[in-house]
Amino acid sequence: MHRLEEIWLALSAGILVVFMVIVGYQGFALGMGPPSNMDTVDPQKVDETEPFDEPGVYKRGENQYEVIMTLQAFSFNPGDIEVPAGAEVTFTMTSKDVTHGFQIAGTNVNAMVMPGHIQKITHTFDEPGSYLVLCNEYCGTGHQLMSTEITVK
Amino acid sequence: MAKPLRDIIYDDPKKMFGLNQEDARIAKSYLSVAFITLLIGGILGLLQGLQRAGLMELPAWLNYYQVLTAHGILLILIFTAAFTIGYLYSGFSHTIGGLLPKVRKLAWTGFGLILIGVVLVVATILANEASVLYTFYPPMAASPVFYIGLVFIVLGIWANCFGVFINYNHWRKNHKGQVTPLFAFFTMGVFVLWFFGSLGVTYEVLTLIPWSLGWKETINVMVSRTLFWSFGHTLVNIWYVVASSAWYVALPKIVGGRLFSDKLARVVVILLVILNIPGGFHHQIIDPGITETVKFLHVFMSVSIAFPSLMTAFAMFAVLERAGRRHGGRGLFGWFKKLPWGDVRFLAPMIAMIAFIPGGAGGLINTSNQINQVIHNTLWVVGHFHITVGVSVVLTFFGICYWLIPFISKRKLTLQMNKLGIIQTITWTVGMILMSGSQHLVGLLGDPRRTSYTTYGDHETALSWIPYEYVMGIGATLLLLGVIIQVYAVFNMMFFAPKGETEFPIGESEDDESPTPLWTERWSLWIILMLMVVAMAYVIPIVDFVVNGPPGSPPIKTW
Repeated sequence: MHRLEEIWLALSAGILVVFMVIVGYQGFALGMGPPSNMDTVDPQKVDETEPFDEPGVYKRGENQYEVIMTLQAFSFNPGDIEVPAGAEVTFTMTSKDVTHGFQIAGTNVNAMVMPGHIQKITHTFDEPGSYLVLCNEYCGTGHQLMSTEITVK
Repeated sequence: MAKPLRDIIYDDPKKMFGLNQEDARIAKSYLSVAFITLLIGGILGLLQGLQRAGLMELPAWLNYYQVLTAHGILLILIFTAAFTIGYLYSGFSHTIGGLLPKVRKLAWTGFGLILIGVVLVVATILANEASVLYTFYPPMAASPVFYIGLVFIVLGIWANCFGVFINYNHWRKNHKGQVTPLFAFFTMGVFVLWFFGSLGVTYEVLTLIPWSLGWKETINVMVSRTLFWSFGHTLVNIWYVVASSAWYVALPKIVGGRLFSDKLARVVVILLVILNIPGGFHHQIIDPGITETVKFLHVFMSVSIAFPSLMTAFAMFAVLERAGRRHGGRGLFGWFKKLPWGDVRFLAPMIAMIAFIPGGAGGLINTSNQINQVIHNTLWVVGHFHITVGVSVVLTFFGICYWLIPFISKRKLTLQMNKLGIIQTITWTVGMILMSGSQHLVGLLGDPRRTSYTTYGDHETALSWIPYEYVMGIGATLLLLGVIIQVYAVFNMMFFAPKGETEFPIGESEDDESPTPLWTERWSLWIILMLMVVAMAYVIPIVDFVVNGPPGSPPIKTW
């Protein structure tokens, strides 16, 4: 092997290893890993199963909220959510029909919501304003209409 | 008595293909299908681009998601598959001295099967019975005819896989102690990946057929999705191996240089074959039901694919620099100017390779765990695969046409055609910079992919995306212009260009290169290693989905 090639490949491999170390450190030590909740639910009995029998916004602590949310073509339930600035909100979600995506534009909130699986993602809303929530996985003919808003006051 | 095939292959391998009109006919048929598909897919692409920007309304009988499904399947599956088979079968036949008659039969069988499949799939999409997009995630259920069509397409591709396996082994049996020609080695790598990479999705489709017919009540959504991506991303890397076959084998000859290293090229193919299939998991980084530990393992597996690509980057620049210096280039960068920029056979793949630098970097971003959350399912991803597939792969394919098609049709590349090719390459490059560039930017702002024109009730965030979508529309317009020029060039060179002999460029090794070791030919070992890597990647999550999974989902039609 050529000397320069050896240097190039050693550097390349080194960068990839450093990259993996950083990704691993952020994911496991700093708790920044991607949404990966493991709980399940019968997708045909979502309405009868706790906690999804009563979707809504629940206060869980000092400026901490949990939103129990169901997604179905083509809406989020509950919609038009209001929380105070600085609130830490955990979204607990499942789908009642097909695969949906839950994205809050302008934040890092982005998670797949699949039938049969309960997905969780947490975000702290520091900046007041109107946040656009949209479905980012194609879910049918009205997919482009599936959106709602989170108002942070 | 005629000489036995083996002797002909030995004496004058290059003659075989030129003489052999039957192999040329296979290649021409596949390439014709490829470029007709490209034209239709390109028109659909423009319709989407304009609809998405709100510049055009589609008629009631053809909605955005039908167009998107057809655009995806036609271009991602049919165009690339038909081009790959046409191109690799010609080069394979050329380098090993002609296809065996039974292999030709397999290629024609495959051709018929793929056509039947395409007709079934396109008819269901047009009837609005399969607006499920290229990924057809259940529990969204298309008409069973759609899935049956997909099975035909896969069977057609498999027929071609078996053809290559048979001919490859036949050649090796008759050439004991020799390594296969480099081009044939690439061909083998592509078809091995194609066969093993499509096993998972084939199983998925076979479970979807009884489910969509109502014979089976529910389907395991996560298993289906995972099996799909085991194929979905492997396919991407199949194209990449196809494109790099031209970079490694043909490009050195075109620039008047030599191969960098025959052995290194083979090691790259072997690594891509072994490492590829788990790469698809990074499409599921923000899925529920997969632990963070398993995801981290898959981030590592995806990232490892970057390594052979970095080897390729080194090799390509080495080839180009040596060739440039051989032609009198001096100083640190003087060689760069000495490259044949006015030759479309060089310009197109060169831009393709340059595009792979941002494309590959974008790929690393997509695969990197928490950063994936920022761009997942936004237009960033669409921008990413339009720069990788749309430029790195497709522009290489376009460049290949300018020597491959005159070669198989015994015609010449004229100066005017070369000029048209340069115009085509520039049109395509500018179109892609505009489209893919604006998609990357607006994706970072959150604009979702796979969504028809919407302002989300005039929400200010969504309104801020519209200007970028206009730029996408302009890019798409240039791209369709590029498609039209390319399709014209292809059929002109196939049927109307002046008769003559054109060379199939095959780079030669440097004079002092040591012979390639025979161990590179141990395909059974590479396949076993590949299956081990696949097992490491998939056994734990799939068992988990099945054992700990929720009750399944019934078929649902939401369009």
